[in-house]
Amino acid sequence: MHIIIIGGGHTTYFLTRDLTAKNHRVTIINNDPGESRELARRTDALVVLGNGSDPDILAEAGARRADMLIALTDRDQDNLITCQMAVKLYGVPRTLSLVNDPDNIEVFRKLGVTTAFSAIQVITSMIEAYANFEDIVALMPVGEGELTISEVRLSKKSPSIGKRIMDLGLSQGTLIAAIIRNGKAVVPSGQSILLIEDVLVLVTEHNKAEADLNKLTGSDV
Amino acid sequence: MSESYILIVGCGRLGSLLAERLSTDENSIVVIDMDETAFEKLPGTFSGFTVLGDATELSVLEHANIDKADYLFVVTEDDNTNLMIAQVAREIFEVPNVMARVFDPRREALYSEFRIATVCPTKLSAQAFLDGLAKAPTSQPA
Repeated sequence: MHIIIIGGGHTTYFLTRDLTAKNHRVTIINNDPGESRELARRTDALVVLGNGSDPDILAEAGARRADMLIALTDRDQDNLITCQMAVKLYGVPRTLSLVNDPDNIEVFRKLGVTTAFSAIQVITSMIEAYANFEDIVALMPVGEGELTISEVRLSKKSPSIGKRIMDLGLSQGTLIAAIIRNGKAVVPSGQSILLIEDVLVLVTEHNKAEADLNKLTGSDV
Repeated sequence: MSESYILIVGCGRLGSLLAERLSTDENSIVVIDMDETAFEKLPGTFSGFTVLGDATELSVLEHANIDKADYLFVVTEDDNTNLMIAQVAREIFEVPNVMARVFDPRREALYSEFRIATVCPTKLSAQAFLDGLAKAPTSQPA
């Protein structure tokens, strides 16, 4: 894929490094001459010096043929206008934008940005979850932050050990998508019985995660 | 015209001038700017209110009662800021009359499609100069 990233700093650098390692073609637009040189030296991306919301700069970065545009600057207004111009002027099929003010997530979606995410919101919810539950191995928000996928390891003290999934009383929106047992993933049914050392791949609705994690691991601090 | 609630974002030279001209008994005016010293440009006779804050934040617009506004003029020095606030006013708060200043003619052309009235000082100045040229007595060098 050809991906255009607008921004700088650590996020742009590490994201570019990951994407180019996966054989995506990345063009970075950055408006600081020093940082642009640095990014060009340290990454495999093509770097265009300029303002991402300038139609000429977008064209120079290859917006006409780009598959995706990712706006990562710290100014919401620049991210929004850049995404809108990429779509309107050059028909870029997908736009992703960082939103600095979490209130603006809805605004961006209404105004045509494909995916808007707030780093602050993602990080806070992860920290909250990690701080509350020691048995959570990994967490990932999906579906625009409405759902969370987490890996939960069951231990001796977990109240769900030896019980059938259907008897746990989990919420409607919660799904145990897989049980990883002895290194193998199995898709469970309601009849499946949970065992010590099981790792559950759990899909939860954002606001119900806490109650269900309590029923599974009971390790609420 | 019955009493109108007019919101002005940006208290620079243009914003303060608009506030001054519109500040009458019939209008209720609120000016938003993120720089407190900007409000010093308002004349002593200004009878409206000021709100200090960044109008790209919904909470600041809500604080200024944007949902009650009849008119919104977005006249900060930054095109992207103006275009974002104008769209938020139009699409989220359904302000009936929204006008935004946009310096870059290319951006202005794009956003005039978005049901947002734009004023492009660059284009207006260019037109004024061209009109002046057309009206000038024949000034061909010999």
